[in-house]
Amino acid sequence: MNGDGALDRLRREGRIVVVGASLAGLRAAETLREKGFTGSLTMIGDEPHEPYDRPPLSKQVLLGAATADGTALPRRRALDATWRLGVRATGLDMAARRVRLADGDEVPYDRLLIATGVRARPWPREEEAGLDGVFVLRTLDDAAALGRRLAEGPRRVFVIGAGFTGSEIASACRERGLAVTVAERGAAPLVGALGGVVGAVAAELQREHGVDLRCGVMVTALEGDASGRVRAAHLSDGSTVETDVVVVSLGATRNTEWLAGSGLGAGPRGIACDAGCRAFDIRGIVTDDIYVAGDVARSPHPLFGYQFLSLEHWGNAVCQAEIAAHNMLSESADRLPHMWVPAFWSAQFGVNIKSVGVPSMGTEILVSQGSLMDRRFVGVYGYQGRVIGAVAFDHARWLPFYQELIETTAPFPPAFPMVGRSPGGQRPVDADFPDPSVPTHGPTVTLSGYSPADRRMTFTPAH
Amino acid sequence: MRLVVDLNRCQGYAQCAFLAPDVFAMHGEEALLYRPEADEAQRGRLAQAAAACPVQAIVVDAVDAPAEAASGER
Ligand SMILES: Cc1cc2nc3c(=O)[nH]c(=O)nc-3n(C[C@H](O)[C@H](O)[C@H](O)COP(=O)(O)OP(=O)(O)OC[C@H]3O[C@@H](n4cnc5c(N)ncnc54)[C@H](O)[C@@H]3O)c2cc1C
Ligand code: SF4
Repeated sequence: MNGDGALDRLRREGRIVVVGASLAGLRAAETLREKGFTGSLTMIGDEPHEPYDRPPLSKQVLLGAATADGTALPRRRALDATWRLGVRATGLDMAARRVRLADGDEVPYDRLLIATGVRARPWPREEEAGLDGVFVLRTLDDAAALGRRLAEGPRRVFVIGAGFTGSEIASACRERGLAVTVAERGAAPLVGALGGVVGAVAAELQREHGVDLRCGVMVTALEGDASGRVRAAHLSDGSTVETDVVVVSLGATRNTEWLAGSGLGAGPRGIACDAGCRAFDIRGIVTDDIYVAGDVARSPHPLFGYQFLSLEHWGNAVCQAEIAAHNMLSESADRLPHMWVPAFWSAQFGVNIKSVGVPSMGTEILVSQGSLMDRRFVGVYGYQGRVIGAVAFDHARWLPFYQELIETTAPFPPAFPMVGRSPGGQRPVDADFPDPSVPTHGPTVTLSGYSPADRRMTFTPAH
Repeated sequence: MRLVVDLNRCQGYAQCAFLAPDVFAMHGEEALLYRPEADEAQRGRLAQAAAACPVQAIVVDAVDAPAEAASGER
């Protein structure tokens, strides 16, 4: 305890406000109570729903195996919080320690946690995005609306973007027997996250399951009929696809606009924070009372050259929220760093895909177990002579082993003889990531900082 | 009752699918599919499944449905 007992007072009767009442917000709130915080807790969320889980939205829910409103997150404990749901936070006054709300209210805080996540990037042309039958998939309401439309049995579903979400949507549609076309600007599905070698496997998988996959093309326009319903998509190769449903799956935008002008280090790439989840202000000075967690955060990771990472990963949101909550109530010497090793899962076309580390940082890949041909394998990614990531297709039980290699910065290619390795996968090859300046569907890991060795910096004024 | 499975942790041991087949099912060789909302009738089985999961990946409601979460409430 520090001399003046301020921290003790905070724990007993402080005011903690959480903006963003979803996965990270809920887990942080639970952790605060678990750590003995007895003050007032306010949860602010712009969605009208209590915290719910998003991964099932593109899996169980689209398959019809669960309803969209049935994905509320379980409560690990009672929260005794004041909930302000369905109201957006619109501003932050750092000096006065107040959060402004859309309904005109202001909520004072002693400690603030920002967990406003990301939102789906809409189809850029507003008129076309507004056509009936054009969807995105990020929220419960999105999933409910899309699920209803799929249940009506459209003749074809057109998915724009073959990242994880787009691919999962295509998979669910195929499983429901719906015709699907997927358009991807990159050379293969998942190419931004896993590279071209693994992307080629994903492409085969899609085609084998009857997806009409078009890679290396852009959608140039969506066309509606007289009643404002989408009826076709036009592609850059001159072709046209007739469709009743379009799902725009072009990645996400960070919800930071509400912080504009607040003085917090928040922008389109997220909110910069230190490894202890404390937000930076625009001068690069760390704040004492504002914390960040989940998809909206970007924080330096010692395992990855202290580069700032933004991760759109479920596990990251949970872990970072717990760390933020712990640190909020801790003396500086007791604070913990957020050192979670990135991990991600996806299920599509009957295959369990999991990754650890940051495959997209890798330049080379070695198929260390199984084979690409069987679609059961582990691919290890190398970066500057060390293991930086790994991906498993239906081989998930091996991943903890590779996680340890990443954590111990083991050399790449790994020097040990590998079990179940097939011929042909002996040598590392170029992992074949697209030029990062050429956008694909939007990655789920963004390297948004600068390693000490990287001096390429550009100053971009806001206006 | 609400539940969530930390699928980063889940190793596809299928213990849960064996103990509570109405809630958990394998989807393909390795992937787990579960219903995020289970009937009250499943409570016992769900508790068994959560306890039997070798990596403790299943999180089930520890408190009753939160009446406290209401929109716009002050
Ligand atoms: C369809 C889908 C499938 C996914 N599948 C996987 C998967 O298989 N594996 C995996 O690891 N991850 C997956 N994810 C990612 C995972 O769901 C996210 O990483 C996680 O939800 C992040 O939680 P969060 O709390 O940081 O942000 P979010 O869940 O985005 O929550 C942020 C909340 O803040 C609210 N908010 C925003 N701005 C404001 C404001 N100004 N005022 C008040 N409230 C605000 C938002 O409306 C939202 O409710 C998936 C995501 C989606 C959408
Ligand atoms: S018992 Fe646990 S590890 Fe096994 S399938 Fe179920 S959740 Fe996964």
